[in-house]
Amino acid sequence: MADLSINLAGIKSPNPFWLASAPPTNSGYQVQRAFEAGWGGAVWKTLGEPILNVSSRFAAISFNGQRVAGFNNIELITDRPLEVNLKEIYETKKRFPDRALVASLMVEPKREKWHEIVKKVEAVGVDGLELNFGCPHGMAERGMGSASGQVPALVEQQTYWVKEVAQTPVIVKLTPNITDITATAEAAVKGGADAISMINTINSLMGVDLDTWNPIPHVAGKGAHGGYCGPAVKPIALNMVAECARHPRIHVPISGMGGVSSWKEAVEFMLMGATGVQVCTAVMHHGFRIIEDMLDGLNHYLDEKGIASVIDLVGKSVHKYSDWGDLDLNYKVAARIDTDKCINCNKCYIACEDASHQCIDRLKDAGGKEYLKVREADCVGCNLCSIVCPVDGAIEMVEVPSEHPPMTWNERQAAIGVLASCNIDTK
Amino acid sequence: MNISLLDLKKNFQEVTAGLTDREAIEEANRCLYCYDAPCVKACPTGIDIPAFIKKIASGNLKGSAKTIMLSNPVGASCARVCPTEELCEGACVLNHSTKPIKIGHLQRYATDWAMRNDAVLFQAGKKNGKTVAIVGAGPAGLSAARELARIGYDVTIFEAQQEAGGLNTFGIVSFRLPRHVSLWEVNQVKRLGVDIRTGVKVGKDVTAQELLEQYDAVVLAVGMSKVPMLGIEGEELDGVYDAIEFIKETKTKPLTNRFVGKKVVVIGAGNTAIDGATCSVRLGAENVKILYRRTKEEMTAYDFEYEFAKQDGVEFRWLTAPKRIIGDESGKVTHVECVRMQLGAPDQDGRRRPMPIEGSEFFIRADVVIKAIGQTRHLDLIKEFGIEHDGGVVKVIGAHYQTSNPKVFACGDVIFGKGGGEAMVVTAAQQGKETAYAIHRYLTTLNETL
Ligand SMILES: Cc1cc2nc3c(=O)[nH]c(=O)nc-3n(C[C@H](O)[C@H](O)[C@H](O)COP(=O)(O)OP(=O)(O)OC[C@H]3O[C@@H](n4cnc5c(N)ncnc54)[C@H](O)[C@@H]3O)c2cc1C
Ligand SMILES: Cc1cc2nc3c(=O)[nH]c(=O)nc-3n(C[C@H](O)[C@H](O)[C@H](O)COP(=O)(O)O)c2cc1C
Ligand code: SF4
Ligand code: SF4
Ligand code: SF4
Repeated sequence: MADLSINLAGIKSPNPFWLASAPPTNSGYQVQRAFEAGWGGAVWKTLGEPILNVSSRFAAISFNGQRVAGFNNIELITDRPLEVNLKEIYETKKRFPDRALVASLMVEPKREKWHEIVKKVEAVGVDGLELNFGCPHGMAERGMGSASGQVPALVEQQTYWVKEVAQTPVIVKLTPNITDITATAEAAVKGGADAISMINTINSLMGVDLDTWNPIPHVAGKGAHGGYCGPAVKPIALNMVAECARHPRIHVPISGMGGVSSWKEAVEFMLMGATGVQVCTAVMHHGFRIIEDMLDGLNHYLDEKGIASVIDLVGKSVHKYSDWGDLDLNYKVAARIDTDKCINCNKCYIACEDASHQCIDRLKDAGGKEYLKVREADCVGCNLCSIVCPVDGAIEMVEVPSEHPPMTWNERQAAIGVLASCNIDTK
Repeated sequence: MNISLLDLKKNFQEVTAGLTDREAIEEANRCLYCYDAPCVKACPTGIDIPAFIKKIASGNLKGSAKTIMLSNPVGASCARVCPTEELCEGACVLNHSTKPIKIGHLQRYATDWAMRNDAVLFQAGKKNGKTVAIVGAGPAGLSAARELARIGYDVTIFEAQQEAGGLNTFGIVSFRLPRHVSLWEVNQVKRLGVDIRTGVKVGKDVTAQELLEQYDAVVLAVGMSKVPMLGIEGEELDGVYDAIEFIKETKTKPLTNRFVGKKVVVIGAGNTAIDGATCSVRLGAENVKILYRRTKEEMTAYDFEYEFAKQDGVEFRWLTAPKRIIGDESGKVTHVECVRMQLGAPDQDGRRRPMPIEGSEFFIRADVVIKAIGQTRHLDLIKEFGIEHDGGVVKVIGAHYQTSNPKVFACGDVIFGKGGGEAMVVTAAQQGKETAYAIHRYLTTLNETL
């Protein structure tokens, strides 16, 4: 049994799995049920001036019959009075002193508003604060959420105001609805953030009903853009975490989220630099009980790898993530088809023929039996065939030894530059 | 099934192949992960089915195997022999919309992984200084031992056979349940420090009295005994077999070719009869007939077993009872004299009583007769323990599994009453677990009152 406990900028929790600020953390009843089930921490549903919600609010994408591949909502921050939330936070922390309880906050971009709410929530014993600069709908129209979160200066300013009074660690939650998340992440760091978390939801319109022509979801026939999350957003979230993790001026811990559904994604986020993860959609889909496999699976993974503590995973893959210009141009892989495993669906053939480099041949053996073979010399190693192949292990991407030593684009450009400046006649 | 007469061993290989990785992943992802799932309630051992399936989907195979084996110490065997249509799969909510999840196959997939990887799944509890003797290392005895060891008891199992596992090791045909599966489960129990003394028959090598004196509690988990006598003429002839002994030979000795080309008659229509018949087919018998004195409706074998036997080419003769077994001068079976039956009024166990039709006698040619009309009870041993019983079925108090001697508990087939359909491995396993908890309660409260 490995040590699963983490310490994120001074916020300790017995395991790296926190509930993200969202419907599952709406009340003391829910958060306490989650803690009973084993969750290591929870970020309370965002507190602020009470708002009004609409009905309906959620929609999801089914992908080829699998429900909730992606999830979307047009819900706002908490619709319960602040006093009620504060009372329940107090009770919850008292019952579960070993768990991380973080208050998510969102108020108008005014110094006194931030000071006021920070003091109130810290008075009831939270372990940390998470500033919601991410919500993409409803609050943004009022200058809050992602409206502040998209402007680095506003992120820095508000973080600074919070830090003026905060006694507990401050996490700034970032919106992905921005061209370069490291800009706002850096602003948060400049404002004094102790940690950053990402991603909040991505602007989205889930669909249009083919019969009524209503947007999905709709409120009395009308819709508005919502926030996208769930398994489908993991690659976007993982990239943003990794970009921040490898950024030299973003040196604070990261709480990663967006599509974490099992222990596996948690491992990925942590390897890419997150100190812990937060989860919303998977719990909305299956309930708090998913934590059991998350802990069990993570434990077995660590044991199997001989890793004593989960924090030893943090950032281990970050150095492997760099810019395109730093990739070795002379490294080459090619597809190889295992005819014993191949079921002859020809999916790889047509993919390569119509959408890649026409280098799979359809051949017949001596007995007249059809088989496929990759012309390795022509294969560019794009992976497409192995991606569409339905049989595990039927197509392997094998490394082709290169005659040339490794050279990146940047090295190549530098070399050409040197050549040019030497004024050598290369013709 | 294609029977090889040259390579009999091939015929005894497991009939159903395990799921491939892809099949397992696709099936696991099809499970809805129901809350308070009906499949769990339909599993006698209450395995958290959605949880173990979710773990297959997430790639946590060790966790999956652990979830299974925690609830069911013989979960790898059960994955193969449980009548899942009647249990978990029969209750799956997807019966109503698409098709039920292949729970048994997924359970096998996860436990096969644990077997292959020699995973250590459980640890013994801190020793509490108390001792329990268990008589019989079948599913019931092993389950009780596993749970008692996890709590912290010093457990000794006495097993008459040379190997542990009970009917899982010796009685259920290899092509449904290979021995190595059962022996792996035995090993899991041994790893917890349980002392399994094989080749020791209680009542002969060690007395009941000794156990009662030396241990704080005793569990009687001896199952049932031999197949009873038919009580007809010719039963002693050469070529008449007890089905359980017959199957045991195929699981313990090199396969014999003495059945190749033979005509086999199996008497009875339960699990054992089906196993005896399909075993005969696989040993190369030319023709195998099952005689049953009632009809298909009353037979206790499950539909899937019946289908399986039919696939194997086994013929069924309903409403047919043996009257006499006839042999030649050298004492070898040649024929069975049969009589046709008809069903009369229902008897005590609710099934219609079969009655012979006078003058309907006829002969069936046979070289081999396999008796599979149920099992007798370990009466002598039960008497030696001096506990109350009903015709060899040990009486226990409700869910406490305590016999008339408060120190003696009983579980598994030894308490399986008549007319209860077919005895199942999974029920024996659950009773074993509950017996362990009952003993723990008994010994703890005893301690407190002292
Ligand atoms: C042919 C056959 C096929 C079956 N098929 C299925 C099936 O497909 N699915 C299913 O669920 N169930 C099946 N069953 C039923 C199942 O095997 C039993 O219900 C189950 O094994 C009962 O477990 P148990 O531990 O009570 O008894 P057993 O498995 O009978 O184990 C009892 C053990 O006690 C030992 N023992 C007996 N007397 C003594 C003594 N005096 N001293 C020491 N040890 C002793 C025996 O050697 C044996 O190892 C089948 C049974 C048979 C006979
Ligand atoms: C219905 C719903 C409501 C949400 N409300 C909030 C919120 O109040 N505050 C917040 O910071 N994030 C909110 N989020 C975003 C989540 O906290 C999280 O960042 C996002 O869902 C990505 O994680 P996931 O893929 O695990 O769902 C909400 C998400 C959903 C689906
Ligand atoms: S999930 Fe609950 S609150 Fe939501 S629509 Fe269904 S019944 Fe209503
Ligand atoms: S896609 Fe895979 S299975 Fe299909 S033909 Fe190609 S190699 Fe064979
Ligand atoms: S009832 Fe069927 S779908 Fe539901 S959890 Fe059980 S196996 Fe899965």
